[in-house]
Amino acid sequence: MAALKVLWLQSGGCGGCSMSLLCADTADFPAMLAANGIEMLWHPALSLASGDELISLLEDCIAGRQRLDALCIEGALLRGPQGTGRFHLLAGTGKPMTEWVQRLAGVATHVLAVGSCAAWGGITATGPNPTEACGLQHEDDHRGGLLGADFRARGGLPVINIAGCPTHPGWVLDTLMALAAGLFGADDLDALGRPRFYADQLVHHGCTRNEFYEFKASAEKPSDLGCMMEHLGCKGTQAHADCNTRLWNGEGSCTRGGYACISCTEPGFQDPGHAYHLTPKIAGIPIGLPTDMPKAWFVALASLSKSATPRRVKHNATADHVVVAPAVKKTRLK
Amino acid sequence: MSDVTRLVVGPFNRVEGDLEVRLDVAEGRVTRAEVNAPMYRGFEQMLAGRPPQDALVIVPRICGICSVSQSAAAARALADAQGIQAPPNGAHAINLMLAVENLADHLTHFYLFFMPDLTRPVYAARPWFAETQRRFAAGAGVHARAALAARQRWFEILGTLGGRWPHTHSLQPGGSTRAIDAAERLRLLARLREFQGFLETTLFGAPLDEVAGLADEAALQAWHAADPQRGDLRLFLGIAADLGFDRLGPGPGRYLSYGAYAQPAGAGADFALARGLWNAADGRLHPLALNSITEDVSHAWLADGGHAQRHPAMGLTLPDADKPGAYTWNKAPRLAGQVVETGAIARQLASGQPLVRAAVARCGGTVYTRVLARLVELARVVPMMAGWLAAIQPREPFCLSQPLPDEAEGVGLTEAARGALGHWLRVERGRIAGYQIVAPTSWNFSPRDTAGTPGALEAALQGAPVQPGEATPVAVQHIVRSFDPCMVCTVH
Repeated sequence: MAALKVLWLQSGGCGGCSMSLLCADTADFPAMLAANGIEMLWHPALSLASGDELISLLEDCIAGRQRLDALCIEGALLRGPQGTGRFHLLAGTGKPMTEWVQRLAGVATHVLAVGSCAAWGGITATGPNPTEACGLQHEDDHRGGLLGADFRARGGLPVINIAGCPTHPGWVLDTLMALAAGLFGADDLDALGRPRFYADQLVHHGCTRNEFYEFKASAEKPSDLGCMMEHLGCKGTQAHADCNTRLWNGEGSCTRGGYACISCTEPGFQDPGHAYHLTPKIAGIPIGLPTDMPKAWFVALASLSKSATPRRVKHNATADHVVVAPAVKKTRLK
Repeated sequence: MSDVTRLVVGPFNRVEGDLEVRLDVAEGRVTRAEVNAPMYRGFEQMLAGRPPQDALVIVPRICGICSVSQSAAAARALADAQGIQAPPNGAHAINLMLAVENLADHLTHFYLFFMPDLTRPVYAARPWFAETQRRFAAGAGVHARAALAARQRWFEILGTLGGRWPHTHSLQPGGSTRAIDAAERLRLLARLREFQGFLETTLFGAPLDEVAGLADEAALQAWHAADPQRGDLRLFLGIAADLGFDRLGPGPGRYLSYGAYAQPAGAGADFALARGLWNAADGRLHPLALNSITEDVSHAWLADGGHAQRHPAMGLTLPDADKPGAYTWNKAPRLAGQVVETGAIARQLASGQPLVRAAVARCGGTVYTRVLARLVELARVVPMMAGWLAAIQPREPFCLSQPLPDEAEGVGLTEAARGALGHWLRVERGRIAGYQIVAPTSWNFSPRDTAGTPGALEAALQGAPVQPGEATPVAVQHIVRSFDPCMVCTVH
């Protein structure tokens, strides 16, 4: 089978999704791509071609002289000022990046938004959104974006939103591998266009703080070991991603790193309406309850489990290391 | 000057973000350069009005390649506003994370960003070409591939200390949220030694202390001559001599470092790598007058609000895309009105590294000395990291916590891989009222100022050779990449 020809361009983002990609868990990155049928036509960090060489390649793709299987866009699309796209002109061309992306999306078999900026607008669209940033096919959770709600790439799929800030290298590579193998279809996307293999999970799954969560034994300040949902703004029970079962950089995740999940795979995460590091509450009860959980259940379970919290769990929750070790029982486990 | 031709060069890849360079060329040389950062995102506008602690989430996203540095600057600005200081464990953990990112940047720069240009067909006749291609060809070079694998393993240290990279939130004003225990410390030390093994085998072909101990250029030349192909640094030295990299891309002769790796109280030094302004003309380190920093917007697409130059504490960032005479989104930072260069070369000069001082004394800041300074920094900092790991006291605190006043000001200075990074924060009524960022590449790639003085790269490009028929001149690429630019930081 012919290799999947991938073109990767960056617009209004930080380049972090590319940097994350290079952290993919493999002993030989180029060999891994080749072995899985992925050919980078061009990538900003990996390719020799520069300047006029790249511009020629883009023109070849648009004119049909070069097959383009997967167009990967990293970073938000900057429509400003006043819709001109001048906040990002592709260097050396004098033309807005938005125009290049629209033309390339028209010839690509698949179009992928790599990261939350390209998917929804992301951090680049936060606050007053000074650059009129949007995603390829979404503006937060509204369909539309640069390419429009009805856009379908030539292969038939809408934009594939590999959301995350940054996105996990495994999410990108699994998607590209599935496309290369012809194993990716419309059923593999969730309602927001994210690949379901990671978006059908919650960050909460596999969280090492689950015992603290069960007893609502809560962290009160940064570096505490307890559950960060009640006070420190953690949205792991609502955020769609497999960060705690598919770890980052070896053995990491946000919650394992000691700080709250900000739900960076979700549209609108950049403007939560409250300080990131605090949990908004009404009458002491967090507003953002776990996905799928009715409020009354949560209130009943939380009060019950708090009253049953073992001393060990309670004390360790507000320390940065284990201060009470699990008891060594004098009898065998039963 | 009737035969002046104008080249518009871009996009530059293998730099972080977007860059365009406009060149006037006459008689095979660049006579004038204008450096344009053609993208604007507006982080300073985004931060206004938010809870101050949100900066810890927003600012790492300025840059995916030096996000820990941005985090550190924000955490320090908040810490300054709060009057809080991290406990020793927290200071060591933050320094370790900064060092992982800094050294990874140097590694990535050398193997993936800088060296591949030496595999271009224009060099096919050089005696070193085949070996350079074998080691560094983009996507195929055996050493470049090994470096990418070493980099991935190296970032696992940051995965443990920071949860993930890029965009960790573990750096806080009061320290690090991720305490490490005694067993984890040992595993981190094992990872450190694994990376050291890569450097000693592949990059240097020599022990780190042998490289860091080279006292002057005569010692460097003798070391190179003893085994000219062994290790990638020696290969680079041979190429640099052949292509005259010690005459290419001269810097302004003034080198700025805010000081790297702040040491905990009582450690005997403020920084592991000292702060200061190294002036090559008098060969002396001068103290920094932070109040003499200004940003000049005369040639940037930014409104000046009645003052073309402002101290960053009073800074203003408002786009004006139609401003006459402007050609970039980058401001022009100046120190006491002067152009300075920042980066590994500045840190090594300020901290008294003898080889880099000797090389700069002979040939100034050039493509050769910038690359050399980065590689020397790799050899110097890895052993420091082992010391910081050893100094961590498991079970002692990593992070303190304290409320932030509703009215406060703070400055956060740090060294990113590319040099001096500063954040200036003002809090009013519990919200961010002002936030200004001056990034390393803002210094190095600044446009002209009100006086018409070109920025460091603009001046460094003057005189660069352009071969007949070159649309993207290779010498220009070497000079640009020798600064390891980070354009997304620059225009934030």
